[in-house]
Amino acid sequence: MNSVRYLSRRLFGSLALSTTLATTLGLTTALGVIGTSAAQETIKIGLIVPMTGPSASTGRQQEAAAKLFIQQNGSTVAGKKIELIVKDDTGAPDTTKRLAQELIVNDKASVLLGFGLTPLALAVAPLSTQAKVPQIVTAAATAMITEQSPFIFRTSFTLPQASVPMAEWGLKNGIKKVVTLVTDYGPGLDAEKWFSDTITKGGGTVVENLRVPLRNPDFAPFLQRVKDASPDAVFVFVPSGFGATFMKQFSERGLDKSGIKLIATGDVTDDDLLQEIGDVALGVVNTHHYSASHNSPENKAFVEAFKKANNGMRPNFMAVGAYDGMALVYKALEKTKGNADGETLVAAMKGMSWTSVRGPVSIDPETRDITQNIYVRKVEKVNGELYNQEFATIEAVKDPFKAAKK
Amino acid sequence: MVTILFDGIAYGMLLFVLACGLTVTMGLMNFINLSHGAFALAGGYVTAALTQKAGLPFLLCLPLAFLFSAVLGMLAEKLLYRRLYQRSHLDQVLFTIGIVFMTVAAVDYLIGSQQQSIHLPDWLRGRLDLLGGSIGVYRLFIIVLCGVLALAIQWLLSHTRFGSQLRASVDDPRVARGLGIPVNQVFAVTFALGCGLAGLGGALGADLLGMDPTFPIKFMIYFLIVVTVGGTSGIMGTFFAALLLGIADVAGKYYVPQIGAFVIYALMVAVLILRPQGLFTRGGSR
Amino acid sequence: MTHSVENAMAVMTRTARWSHWETLFWLASLALLPIFPNKALLFSQIAIMGLFALSLDLILGYAGIVSLGHAAFFGIGAYAAGLMAKHGLGDPTLGLLAAATGAALIGFVTSFLLLRGSDLTRLMVTLGIALMLFEAANRFASITGGADGLQGMMVKPVLGLFSFDLYGRTAYLYSLTILFLLLILARRIVYSPFGLSLRAVKANSLRAGAIGISSATRLVAIYTISAAYSGVAGALSAQTTQLVSLDVLDFHRSADVMLVLVIGGVGWLYGGIIGAIIFSLMQDWLAGITPQYWEFWIGLVLVVLVLVGHGRLQSYARMMIDAITQKGRVTRPDQRGTS
Repeated sequence: MNSVRYLSRRLFGSLALSTTLATTLGLTTALGVIGTSAAQETIKIGLIVPMTGPSASTGRQQEAAAKLFIQQNGSTVAGKKIELIVKDDTGAPDTTKRLAQELIVNDKASVLLGFGLTPLALAVAPLSTQAKVPQIVTAAATAMITEQSPFIFRTSFTLPQASVPMAEWGLKNGIKKVVTLVTDYGPGLDAEKWFSDTITKGGGTVVENLRVPLRNPDFAPFLQRVKDASPDAVFVFVPSGFGATFMKQFSERGLDKSGIKLIATGDVTDDDLLQEIGDVALGVVNTHHYSASHNSPENKAFVEAFKKANNGMRPNFMAVGAYDGMALVYKALEKTKGNADGETLVAAMKGMSWTSVRGPVSIDPETRDITQNIYVRKVEKVNGELYNQEFATIEAVKDPFKAAKK
Repeated sequence: MVTILFDGIAYGMLLFVLACGLTVTMGLMNFINLSHGAFALAGGYVTAALTQKAGLPFLLCLPLAFLFSAVLGMLAEKLLYRRLYQRSHLDQVLFTIGIVFMTVAAVDYLIGSQQQSIHLPDWLRGRLDLLGGSIGVYRLFIIVLCGVLALAIQWLLSHTRFGSQLRASVDDPRVARGLGIPVNQVFAVTFALGCGLAGLGGALGADLLGMDPTFPIKFMIYFLIVVTVGGTSGIMGTFFAALLLGIADVAGKYYVPQIGAFVIYALMVAVLILRPQGLFTRGGSR
Repeated sequence: MTHSVENAMAVMTRTARWSHWETLFWLASLALLPIFPNKALLFSQIAIMGLFALSLDLILGYAGIVSLGHAAFFGIGAYAAGLMAKHGLGDPTLGLLAAATGAALIGFVTSFLLLRGSDLTRLMVTLGIALMLFEAANRFASITGGADGLQGMMVKPVLGLFSFDLYGRTAYLYSLTILFLLLILARRIVYSPFGLSLRAVKANSLRAGAIGISSATRLVAIYTISAAYSGVAGALSAQTTQLVSLDVLDFHRSADVMLVLVIGGVGWLYGGIIGAIIFSLMQDWLAGITPQYWEFWIGLVLVVLVLVGHGRLQSYARMMIDAITQKGRVTRPDQRGTS
């Protein structure tokens, strides 16, 4: 009796559900079509970076740089007004994706910038392909990112770009036996592979490949293994932000006095943290694409303006990535005369080249990745502050990962 | 190998100092306190501020960190935690998680999310060669200091009136009350001491473990593991559990880096399967 | 004797009946889509969170197990569905089945660890399992993608007809339908003899044992079912966002879902969904104002909730709802639900 009524109610309920489902879908498609926007006079740029969590410094630097660029170059390009929308994805890929989706669908953003870590950039790749929105990676550094979508460009750097020259310098300077110590995720694995391959091809030996977990890294046991292996040098990559902890543990274990040379990519001696790391970093040789002490008029002006606008905060390579990302957008818009259509912008961005504060840069038209100078630097004290002083330049380095594929 | 042993012992000692307050809280009052790490955080930050900004010598900062966290603990117990002793474990878990979230966010907001660095005196830097392995002077200092503390706590428990009152209360609060022991007061004092110890542990561990706003969440799990494995009926259980876990963790990460952190969790689950009340518990009534 | 038995049956049937406000609720949630088409993604996430919280309700509200590691099953489900989508078996329904089976299996196996020991032991075991799974996912990065997340997921259209669009419409309707179906199933379970015996065990397991209700088998059963539900929620998350990262196994996910459930009310199935709505809206609003520090407000809400007594709040709310929706219903004091 009751069960019959219950059943029939449920039947009715499911019938109602399915009809309403169908009508709803129909309604929303209709509404969606009506809702598409008219021609925009404002071009919205979405900057999605982690402003909280372990990569918070990335977000801080990138937001400051992007805002500085707009402040210096004006918020109008080719007759269109530029609006920068900054969003915090807290370093979580699903948040990045949701924010990107909201920016595209709700705010009608024409370009997306940012992406502080590889998984964040990868999360948005299918989105940019589907929505045909250019995605400019200004921070993440794993080589394969630009291959995930024909709409992805990069203005940061790739780990292979920085690691290969480091290996080559090492080989030229008497380093035969190496241990690599990297953080276990995309960029770290890139660095490990390309550094090790270059060393081995050049006649050296890689004794051990150590990988430290990304979350809660505890360097102590790994550093102990480095010490026990007693190589000529240890090659290190840790994401920017962990450099300080690493260096502290490095010296605590007495490795700085053990005769094992520390070579690294510039993420370890990040300009943002270098002062805090202190004198224990003196003499560390590393390779990177940007140093705050880079000797060019553009850079000097940039550093000064950045410090002034941000309470004396020194810009680092993250800031430059965002700064150049904005530059790329502006130059592309100038080239397309304000046309912000995705595919048009992509065509305009390919092959773009200019003199950035880091040196000359260009966007490779085939890979959409950045070609730039890589500098070999040593940490030295200049006017009482620690800087990565460039002493050798390798010009126009293309990303080796994609170059090897040709 | 010996070096790894030393590293493990140092880590374990640190865990002990950090976690022993939690043992008493859980054992005595059956109060699940997931915010214990917040008091360690307080100690660490206070020490960082005092050594960096005020330039106080590190050794002086240690008792100050202890006092600061102890006072904080006393206030927190009186104002907040006391209401929750009779509540369900779910409520306690939720409340203390809430406190942790608030603390983490507040510290992040007020001070920022970067790691705090302690200015260690020169005599604590460097390494020593000992018994075939080398050990950092700082780690040796930690081992010695925490060892002394462990002995002091044990002495307190076994040779003072307060200690015997505490032990009685842990064994059976109802009977203890029946005998006229002021269990609530005993607990209040013990809670404060436990928080003070956590603060001291935070001060000592800041250089080794890294002190940033997410410290309470990152290490809460380790404290809980130490307490669960060691059992809540005595400090010695915590001591041995902490040592065991410290050595297992460091050795695991050194010898089998592929599964490093896994070791500690697997150990805990194994212990819980075999002896759910902890490895070193005496049979007590509850 | 018989009179009171009839009365009891009548009362129980009445409580188990589908009420008007429930129909209203579901129709309203459907109507949300044409009214706020831009928010479809958010609604989809709310539905998924609601399902996840519902799964926790099954063990927390109806069996009294406090779990700090329920994200383990969510994660298993997410990775199961994700891996299937990556290796060519991208049909969503298939993914859901795989997720439910995988999660249920692990749930079944681990449930035996929960039978012994105190609340604290259970807490630690559930937490430990979740942590171990997290580390495992990290280690086997060649399968799971590790810290970079699972790449190359190709999710096929739902039932072969509705493909996932950019606006999230399909995602929302898909998640909502699954949530609805699973809620109906949960209702049937909870109001069945099995469900009632479960509540007896929760209320007083000693007494329940004395009248022949074995708590062990019931706990194992409900834990497995709850794990399956979480797995489905995880699979939905993976399929609608086409993304699986280590985040799905993170501790904060377990903590968040507990908060969601407590906000909405433990022990009445809809608590998870209501909590998910309130939580997500609050999070969205707060994250807009103070992106960095909204965790502080979440913590504050937790603290206040506990201090005020969510049980009390819940019973007040229920009294109000009862008063509005079922006038003339026989409400007896012992019918006012568990809390």
